[in-house]
Amino acid sequence: MGKVKLGVYICHCGININSTVDVEKLTRFAATLPQVTVAKNYIYLCSDPGQELIKNDIKQQGLNRIVVASCSPRMHEPTFRNVLRAAGLNPYCLEVANIREHCSWVHEDREQATLKAQGLLASAVAKARLLEPLEEKEVAVIPTALVIGGGIAGIQAALEIADKGFKVYLVEKEPSIGGHMMQLDKTFPTLDCSACILTPKMSDVGNHPNIELLTYSEVTDVKGYIGNFKVTIKKKPRYIIEDKCNACGTCASYCPVEMPDEFNMNLSKTKCLYIPFPQAVPARYVINPAYCRYTLRRECKQCEPVCKDLKAIDLKQKETFIEIDVGTIVVATGFDTFDPRLKPELGYGLYPNVITGLEFERLSSASGPTLGDIIINGKKPQNVVFVQCVGSRDKTLGNEYCSRVCCMYTAKQAHLVKDKIPDARVTVFYIDVRAFGKGFEEFYDRVKEEGIVYRRGNVSEVFKRGDTLIVRTEDTLLGHPVEVEADLVVLAVGMVPRIDSGAIAKLLKLSQSPDRFLYEAHPKLRPMDTASDGVFLAGCCQGPKDIPDTVAQACGAASRASTPLAQGKVKTEAMVSYADERTCRGCELCVEVCPYEAIELRTIERDGHLLQVAHVNEVICKGCGQCVAACLCGAMQQKSFTDEQMLSMIAALGERYE
Amino acid sequence: MRSVLVEDGQLPPKIRDVLKSISVRGNPWNIGQEKRSEWAQGLNVKGIADAEILYYVGCTPAFDPRLQKVAMCLATALTKGGVNFGILGNDEVCCGNEIRRMGDIWSFDALKEMNLEMFKQFPIKQIITTSPHCYNTFKNEYPELSVDIKHYTQVVHELIKKKKLKFTKTLEKTVTYHDPCFLGRQNQIFDEPRAILKSIPGLRFVEMDRARERSLCCEGGGGRMWIEAHEAKERTATIRVQDALDHGAEILATACPFCILTLEDAVKSSGFEDRIKICDIMELVNQVME
Repeated sequence: MGKVKLGVYICHCGININSTVDVEKLTRFAATLPQVTVAKNYIYLCSDPGQELIKNDIKQQGLNRIVVASCSPRMHEPTFRNVLRAAGLNPYCLEVANIREHCSWVHEDREQATLKAQGLLASAVAKARLLEPLEEKEVAVIPTALVIGGGIAGIQAALEIADKGFKVYLVEKEPSIGGHMMQLDKTFPTLDCSACILTPKMSDVGNHPNIELLTYSEVTDVKGYIGNFKVTIKKKPRYIIEDKCNACGTCASYCPVEMPDEFNMNLSKTKCLYIPFPQAVPARYVINPAYCRYTLRRECKQCEPVCKDLKAIDLKQKETFIEIDVGTIVVATGFDTFDPRLKPELGYGLYPNVITGLEFERLSSASGPTLGDIIINGKKPQNVVFVQCVGSRDKTLGNEYCSRVCCMYTAKQAHLVKDKIPDARVTVFYIDVRAFGKGFEEFYDRVKEEGIVYRRGNVSEVFKRGDTLIVRTEDTLLGHPVEVEADLVVLAVGMVPRIDSGAIAKLLKLSQSPDRFLYEAHPKLRPMDTASDGVFLAGCCQGPKDIPDTVAQACGAASRASTPLAQGKVKTEAMVSYADERTCRGCELCVEVCPYEAIELRTIERDGHLLQVAHVNEVICKGCGQCVAACLCGAMQQKSFTDEQMLSMIAALGERYE
Repeated sequence: MRSVLVEDGQLPPKIRDVLKSISVRGNPWNIGQEKRSEWAQGLNVKGIADAEILYYVGCTPAFDPRLQKVAMCLATALTKGGVNFGILGNDEVCCGNEIRRMGDIWSFDALKEMNLEMFKQFPIKQIITTSPHCYNTFKNEYPELSVDIKHYTQVVHELIKKKKLKFTKTLEKTVTYHDPCFLGRQNQIFDEPRAILKSIPGLRFVEMDRARERSLCCEGGGGRMWIEAHEAKERTATIRVQDALDHGAEILATACPFCILTLEDAVKSSGFEDRIKICDIMELVNQVME
């Protein structure tokens, strides 16, 4: 590239920088630094005229290194790289000095702040002198997506991607897709039948030519990178051959073993050779090996001869592993409901008439154990108390967040009680009612007018006096303690991250936010992306959501996941690591610390000896720099962050400026 | 919140007196330290210099006449069980729990220093406390203390299990147990006190509905011991005594000095003195020991 000709551009950012840092002085200072040909300042460098200014200088003055002193590179580094690209310069010949977040925003003293900005700028100039042009590589994308989780989020995402013409693998760990939404009775605030609006989508998934459905399966390993993921999936044994079973159900009628029906929240029994629910997709039976007498003790086998025509029962089935290649991944693993046993004062697990909101859904559902009659302890309850915020907004449990759905599902459930048992007395204890969505406030209003009593108070305990349950709290509007009798208490349990969300995060190299839900790349502008390129989030795995929000996010994640598939190729990171074969001693420390498995040892010949040295796969490397920090002999370097470049920055920072 | 008020000097006179008593006399009861070991007279209790396990009596059992009985019962049982224990005698100072709860975190730090210095002087292997409050303080709020901390119910339960404590008499009573907050909810010690009670010959144990994690607070901790609640219409201690009666108990047993005092007050104020008794577990154990 020949002689270095540096251009320095200092941004006022309106008054964001200019009010604290003397940009005129900073510009005069920049002009004194070695090899700086141009030093200018401008009110908004990110604006079109600002960009033009840099472009023209590059072209007219032959600049070949650019330093921009402005906001954080997280904001506008891509903008200025494009400026360099448009002016015919390699985009990696840019260095950004952050004099806003790191300087003007955090200091008050103008003189001192200007001195610090000088240091930061001199440091960036020192590095820019040593920058080398870098090359962005492109790799081909496998035009297939993987969706993990078959609840409403995963179903929606899979359908969206499949409709765009790409193949989708949908992996669900339960025997049927459907998730929590399938268990709900009615949805708020429209009172649609939840199953009725979900089952058409489920059968679309089952019938879609582009969707390969893998139920009763789990993702056990993910290798590779955006465009080229290698995923291992464990298929658990169903003991029923999926291709042969026609869901006639004869076998189940012969099965002698009963077990709690998980779909009905264990409120009823089912056979251990069962179909989760009548509309299951795939409509295939399954045997629960934790209950089956054959899988447990090699006894019984009553089912096998019954299926003599189809021969669909295979009690010797073993788990199998399959490997698939996909370009992008959508994580839609959903949530668990909060376990109210962690709040023992509420008496859940102790009193049978204290139930969770999800149990109420099954109790009220026409497909539930009571066929939709709200019956507890053999009779219709007359005094029903709903307790809000169980497991949400509770610092003592480490769940500070609002679960976003409980206020409205409680309002809906209170309405259902009033609808089915008109003379019942229904009380709702709440902290605040958050009716924020479309039609929510109207619904809440309607429910109150139906005669449901809303009382403000965080319930302190549920206990038994004689044969009656007492719900005790302080009514914080009246300012005194109250006790309400109840023969049914419904706990509005919130959402918590799935018990295995930590494992999922580890598998896909995702991070978790402080509430333990999966972390999005940016809370506002990249809500479906993650820190792992090519992996996207949909639904409640990212945080509590209602159904419309989940569907919207799933469509968004599907769209994001389809973009690389449609483009057919992706650019890889340019600022990758590389090992100097002459100094590497093959200690493997870098191999150990690399979170992307991008480094391997290779045998080379040096001075007639065969030895092992590190080799970085530049396509996989994300440029995190951990290997560079770990390397003991300085053989591992990262492009644009070489030792020479970093030391020159530090040296410049150490100078005294006036 | 409370510490801000203490720093500003905005505190009720009764609390001010307690804080003063602790800083002047080393205990919240405003009694001279020279009377601290009076309860042990005639019991042949060793000083800690001659023993390896410290029985940390605590202020309330040391000074309150009602609770001195508990300390005596416990010391007797430990002796009979062959535990090589000693006490600090008149040198024992408050663990600091109550003043910490009252908000005086500065005096707490000073007391902690004093106690740590004192403990360092002896080769102490284990500390046994009467009160769950002292237990919690040493266990959870003295991070510098690396000695094994035990509440007496844990120790006595071990002695019974290893048959070092033998019961020769019977106690034909219906007994229920109230979980003190700092023993149960805060430190998950639920089973040992029940096991001790169930091992007493003749005793019929009944469990109240609100037991274990769901136990009620007696309103004696957190500095409430020294202050009257405004317009207290309904005391949880009164509810608790009623709970015990509803479950047919003749004795409501517990394992915390404050619980004993508040529950006994509740029995007196509700006029149930001839229907139910409040006892510490050690008082019951003492009745059946050989």
